[in-house]
Amino acid sequence: MNSIGDDCNELKKQYDACFNNWFSERFLKGETDDSVCAPIFKVYQECVKRAMREQKIELREIETDYTTASEFDNNNSATGSGKPQGSQNKS
Amino acid sequence: MVVTASTCCTETVFDYSWIHVVSAYWNRYPNPSSTHVLTEDTIRREVRDGKLYSRRLLSKTNPVPKWGARFYNNLPVKIVEDSVLDPVKKTFTTFTRNLGMKKIMKVDEIVVYSEQKDGRTLAVRRAYISSQVFGFSRAIRAFGIERFKSNGHKASNGFNYVLRRMFPQNQLAASS
Repeated sequence: MNSIGDDCNELKKQYDACFNNWFSERFLKGETDDSVCAPIFKVYQECVKRAMREQKIELREIETDYTTASEFDNNNSATGSGKPQGSQNKS
Repeated sequence: MVVTASTCCTETVFDYSWIHVVSAYWNRYPNPSSTHVLTEDTIRREVRDGKLYSRRLLSKTNPVPKWGARFYNNLPVKIVEDSVLDPVKKTFTTFTRNLGMKKIMKVDEIVVYSEQKDGRTLAVRRAYISSQVFGFSRAIRAFGIERFKSNGHKASNGFNYVLRRMFPQNQLAASS
């Protein structure tokens, strides 16, 4: 998959490879130290942030803290009106 | 200004273990059902209290019906996806929202992936869709809900395609 910055594709590929390996071989096996991909992540981030600035993507909206489940429900339940529709489909 | 929102839930069972589903999740794109997804980037990631927090930025094409063209330009829409993965409890929750154009249509979606008793993975998806366009919000919301449903099918088809390719030997049979 391409990066939003054309010149970030190679860095993204390297980072994704590092992350995927760390994720299955270490993190899912109980290891929480994520420093192994930190150097490549840093370089990749510099590239992506530059591309985002160039494309005038609002960074402020992106630099907030992570959404949490309770926050999500609070933000949405105040205006929620429709009934949930359930449907089970085996895929 | 009237702001209304609708919620909508769908449940999907993937015939793969939770471990396989979350491993494939990061490699979901591209797939044959995701031609509308143009770019994908991780813009933030860390481990906190043993959980993995990620933020990704996606851009997607945004085809709209003719009557909607006066509200939208056809520029790619940017989506922010936050996620929390708890490897001990085996839960993975994703939150997505659109950046910009929120007065026209704001879509907040949450998907929770968890392990079923039979070892397969259940995904529960909910969305809140709202619009502030006077006189058109009902039509826009209805369109949003239809889009939500068809995108949901596309997303699980595409995800299953990736799961089969990554883990051809690991498909689980339904227990019932």
